[in-house]
Amino acid sequence: MKLGRVVGNVVSTINTPHFEDRTLLLVDLVGPDGTPAGGYQIAVDNIGAGAGETVLLLDEGNGARQVLQAPGAPIRTVVIGIVDEVVDGAT
Amino acid sequence: MQLGRVTGTVVASTKVPGLEGVKLLVVQPLDRHQRPKGPAVIAADAVHMAGPGELIYFVAAREAAQAMPDTFVPVDHAIVGIVDAVTELPGAEEAT
Repeated sequence: MKLGRVVGNVVSTINTPHFEDRTLLLVDLVGPDGTPAGGYQIAVDNIGAGAGETVLLLDEGNGARQVLQAPGAPIRTVVIGIVDEVVDGAT
Repeated sequence: MQLGRVTGTVVASTKVPGLEGVKLLVVQPLDRHQRPKGPAVIAADAVHMAGPGELIYFVAAREAAQAMPDTFVPVDHAIVGIVDAVTELPGAEEAT
């Protein structure tokens, strides 16, 4: 899993049937301290994440289909949590 | 999934079984500001309506084959949607 910050959304009307009525978020990848880690993902949102929120991203297809209860869907990246806090830096 | 821009088409008359009738497009992956990023990839068109110049999003790896009518095909990038708009949400911090 990866950490990300929601920065936008993607609107699409022509897509494969599995994407009907799904919310697509533009998510920048961030490190544990919230700084950009480089890169982004377009993720399916299943839990109502909003702009600026730090989220937990799953980037693996089997788990994504399980979370969305969508067998056979060509979906790999899903928001699976809204992060309240990350405590990091123990040595 | 990532954003991409369709820049061309690929014609291959000799293909492995399972790829017959699959439309192949040249896709330039984009960063989230829609600037080109990395080398172009060849993606199968799972929406059947994408064409050169269009902004799309694509899925990579095994999930790409899931987008095809026959899911047991050797496809590793598939276009799964045509993008109408990318909206930067207010309140989101600008990150580079």
